[in-house]
Amino acid sequence: MSEQVYHVSSNPHIRSKVTTSSIMLLVLIALLPATGFGLWNFGFRALAVVLVCIGSAVATESIFCIIVKKKQTVKDLSAVVTGLLLALNLPVTIPLWMAALGSIFAILVVKLLFGGLGQNFMNPALGGRCFMLISFPTAMTAFSTDAYTGATPLAVMKNGGSVNVMDMIIGRTSGTIGETSVIAIVIGACILLICGVIDLKIPASYILSFACFVLLFGGHGFDPAFLAAHLAGGGLMLGAFFMATDYVTSPITPMGKIVFGIFLGIMTGIFRIFGPGSEGVSYAIIIGNLLVPLIEKVTVPTPFGFTKKKTAKGGKQA
Amino acid sequence: MNKVSERLVNGIVKENPTFVLALGMCPTLAVTTSAINGLGMGLTTTVVLTLSNLIISLLRKVIPNRVRIPAFIVIVASFVTMVQLLLQAYLPSLNSALGVYIPLIVVNCIILGRAESYAYHNPPIPSFFDGIGMGLGFSIALTLIGMLRELLGAGELFGARVMPASFVPINIFIMAPGAFFVVAALTAVMNVVKEKMAAKGKDVSKFGNGCGSECASCDLACGSRKADFVPAEAEKGGRE
Repeated sequence: MSEQVYHVSSNPHIRSKVTTSSIMLLVLIALLPATGFGLWNFGFRALAVVLVCIGSAVATESIFCIIVKKKQTVKDLSAVVTGLLLALNLPVTIPLWMAALGSIFAILVVKLLFGGLGQNFMNPALGGRCFMLISFPTAMTAFSTDAYTGATPLAVMKNGGSVNVMDMIIGRTSGTIGETSVIAIVIGACILLICGVIDLKIPASYILSFACFVLLFGGHGFDPAFLAAHLAGGGLMLGAFFMATDYVTSPITPMGKIVFGIFLGIMTGIFRIFGPGSEGVSYAIIIGNLLVPLIEKVTVPTPFGFTKKKTAKGGKQA
Repeated sequence: MNKVSERLVNGIVKENPTFVLALGMCPTLAVTTSAINGLGMGLTTTVVLTLSNLIISLLRKVIPNRVRIPAFIVIVASFVTMVQLLLQAYLPSLNSALGVYIPLIVVNCIILGRAESYAYHNPPIPSFFDGIGMGLGFSIALTLIGMLRELLGAGELFGARVMPASFVPINIFIMAPGAFFVVAALTAVMNVVKEKMAAKGKDVSKFGNGCGSECASCDLACGSRKADFVPAEAEKGGRE
């Protein structure tokens, strides 16, 4: 009786070990340098803001799943990532209840009400941040702490002052908890790039197109110091590497990624240079998020073996 | 008398213009920044709606079918002009708060919708009360939205401070996005209440079936239509 038992199963037969939670864990690890620098830079209160944001994000998702009797989705860690990203985008002086409210809004309204992870049309952390920017404009732009008093480097530049670019790259400036240190963010971004979690297309096209925009319309001609300060200032680095690359809210087509990045660069440039405020990354990315379905529609790649359709009525060509 | 109360319940609950029919969204979203504005807009619309329903119903045999829309507009516009002149004379502050949305009542789709789907096919008395019911439904909805937005966005109710001094207003609620949040939340609450009532086996026929379309123009046997509601009489032209 050497009858072999065959297990017949339907495809797929090869499964990747990559799961949502493993990707989210990598993102969390990659955010650690920026978070750590923020804590060192701004002190104990920054830790409180981070914990409140993560805690209320996780609690919101968990309670929502219980109330609507859905499978518990907290374990995929996406709520933790959203909470942490939101905290890194807040000034350290923000009242804790505002941080909690922003976090609840991000998870509940921006993510869960649209169907949860994968269905949200807008980056939840940025949606939460923009909700707070509109609701509490004073508290969201109060950047005076014990460590640093006064305006952020970008606000100083907007008013015609000069800034120390080296300090901005290291992160010894005022700003939100996680955005100040370019070095810490780039270390995290390298982790994500090496692990293949993010693709360089969006950040690269974003930063390059923004640099071109600043050179062309910044009003300073070819001034390396001005350009460097704009690249290192505000939320550009954090936004380009960690928020514009969000899987759910960025295009999946290779060409679409580049178009998306260029659009973000131009919008950020318009907001920063011609807008009344000094920052524009958050609004640029959420406006970009809204255009993603359209960008994907026009950038569908031609499959291997197919030739590009000459006309709209060309039909299928093998 | 049964017809009268049926029309009132229909307008306020069953086919609430804001939460069930989702009509007249432009003034709903734009002027409800405070409770008093919402109430003012609602009552102004109620007056215009009731009177125009009455007149259109009286003239329904005279107005030729092909030019009914221009005829409705002329009647509605006359009432809107009267109401606006009255507001300018006696309530100038409300008039300036509501601004362009008073003249825009002329093209309010609740008013044209009721004229087209009810008043044009029904006798004056039910049409009059249909206008009152729909208008009150609209007023209640607008006042509720205005109250919630004013409370969260400014910490006040009808202009009086009610929240403690430590409360920081959440400005977004008196701006445009807040209107969408509040309307969506209230509509969701309304649907949940209706579902709960249906689950408990209460007489849901009074509260519609939540299908979102108007019962008067619907031929489905969903059970929410009253027995005395004769479709042939109510609905000849249909909503086009």
